[in-house]
Amino acid sequence: MHGALLPLLHASQDDIGYVPEESYPFISKALALSIAEVHGVVTFYHHFRTHPAGKHILQICRAESCQAMGSEKLEADVKAQLGVDYHQTTADGEITLLPVYCLGNCACSPAVMMDEEVYGRMNQQKVAELISEVKHG
Amino acid sequence: MVKVYVPRDSTALSLGAGQTAKAIQAEADKRGIQIELVRNGSRGLFWLEPFVEVETEQGRVAYAPVESKDVVDLFDADFLQGGSHALNLGLTEEIEWLKKQQRLTFARVGIIDPVSLEDYIAHDGYNGLKNALKMTSAEIVKTVTDSGLRGRGGAAFPTGIKWNTVLNAPAEQKYIVCNADEGDSGTYSDRMIMEDDPFVLIEGMTIAAVAVGATQGYIYLRSEYPHALKTLNEAIVKAEAAGYLGDKICGSSHTFKLEVRRAAGAYVCGEETSLLESLEGKRGLVRFKPPLPAIEGLFGKPTVVNNVISLATVPIILDKGAQFYADYGMGRSRGTLPIQLAGNIKQGGLVELAFGATLRELLYEFGGGSATGKPIRAVQVGGPLGAFLPESQFDTPLDYEEFGKIWAVLGHGGIVAFDDTVDMSKMARYAFEFCAIESCGKCTPCRIGSTRGVELVDKITSGKEHIKNIQVLRDLSDTMLNGSLCALGGMTPYPVLSALNHFAEDFKPKDVNAKKAVV
Repeated sequence: MHGALLPLLHASQDDIGYVPEESYPFISKALALSIAEVHGVVTFYHHFRTHPAGKHILQICRAESCQAMGSEKLEADVKAQLGVDYHQTTADGEITLLPVYCLGNCACSPAVMMDEEVYGRMNQQKVAELISEVKHG
Repeated sequence: MVKVYVPRDSTALSLGAGQTAKAIQAEADKRGIQIELVRNGSRGLFWLEPFVEVETEQGRVAYAPVESKDVVDLFDADFLQGGSHALNLGLTEEIEWLKKQQRLTFARVGIIDPVSLEDYIAHDGYNGLKNALKMTSAEIVKTVTDSGLRGRGGAAFPTGIKWNTVLNAPAEQKYIVCNADEGDSGTYSDRMIMEDDPFVLIEGMTIAAVAVGATQGYIYLRSEYPHALKTLNEAIVKAEAAGYLGDKICGSSHTFKLEVRRAAGAYVCGEETSLLESLEGKRGLVRFKPPLPAIEGLFGKPTVVNNVISLATVPIILDKGAQFYADYGMGRSRGTLPIQLAGNIKQGGLVELAFGATLRELLYEFGGGSATGKPIRAVQVGGPLGAFLPESQFDTPLDYEEFGKIWAVLGHGGIVAFDDTVDMSKMARYAFEFCAIESCGKCTPCRIGSTRGVELVDKITSGKEHIKNIQVLRDLSDTMLNGSLCALGGMTPYPVLSALNHFAEDFKPKDVNAKKAVV
């Protein structure tokens, strides 16, 4: 396969939730790349993580369309509710909070994404319900 | 059996279409009524999602917005026969918002089941490819050139000329790459095509391959679009099984294989050379040009890199002819533009119109004004690298050259509206911040300039050497504009300077004490 590195990193993250640094030597050998090159690619892309995340990933859109509909307040409210900042995981290990720059849901801003599902016209209460739903099934 | 349509488009799902569909099926089962539930794409009236339709003898009748809690009530009102109800909007085709549009690229979107090849073919699908297979390479390229189609990703470079360069570049291997890294805020037309009519993109790429002699294609899809990934992969499998992809497509001598590759959250990878680096499995660093990707592109081979909308527009051009498409539009902007209404807008959604409509028509006639009911103070057209336009510029027609004249861009056709609570100095600061987060780091004006820009806006709004720092901001913007390697650093000054030029009052120091210090 040509250009196999990104598909390989995606496979790792899809499967175990992150790309462990311990895997770099194996990837570099398989694709005939240096460990530095593998590290460079992993760290260039916002999507890849080198450490495990929480059980669920909550992304809040920070882009202009969502800003026009109050995402700044939503971000602050959700951070306060979860007691974490971006790129952090809640103490119970349930939710990792991430910023995202556009989910393509701009006609129904502000938008958030919980794992692989997008939610539109969000407010603090709706996000709180979402969090409670994923936590309690 | 009555056909009921409930969209599967991401935005519809984001407003509960999944639950609505489940509730309709459950209620039908409970009442012992057989229905055929079709998960279509969205018609694009996003303020009315979930937008449910029922097929009747008169045509499709719309009920919207339908939440799962409305379903029992709708059954009681005999909605399966088009019965009257507060949510009944009449025949979908008669809804003014849709009737006023000129849907060419989006002709099938919202109407068909996106992953039904039979549906696609029944609605004029693959007519373009059939015609292309009867033509020479040069004739196909000439048709695309004559249609006047320009790159809908934002750069507006004539598609036919790009194809011609690849056609004339001798090589054993050539590639078709679809740029589906739609990262601009306020845009979702690529996503809609991929989720709601994926075969039209596959057909467009196949026509491109036949035209230039490419045998392998890649769709570089942003990782934020998981539904598009599933839909595209499902459609590709079906197209392969039916002989529309693979070896000897449609019984011809042409081979074309297609694969979706996931991006990984880097905005800069929407820049074509950075995208190619990423596809090759590298960091998405922007390349120097020349060489052009059309000469030395993916893995050093001649490559067509086109946006989703450009490629998805090719089938109708090959079906109806270059002149049919060129008859729409104004000036050098031929055809139609799928416009996306976003942000603080009452009736957000997809409006496909011939070039030439004004922003005001879009914002008020289609958009219905702001969502909050306050005056629209500014709009940003063309994503995070597009200029902010004040109300005095709302009569500008949507046309690449007309926008150029007012130092603005159409970009990918996204329009983000802001009401009068917006602080434009914050938007300028955000433009720099976004550039700093997303810069690939290869060139200094973008890598360093973006961070210096954030600091400068902070100094200006806190009143530190206000006048001097406004001048420094203009100098910095000039350096980024002229010295950056690609549009990320090179166009960040568009939102920054347009905010400063049109909304200077927002850049005054924020607190009273600081204001006194300003000379």
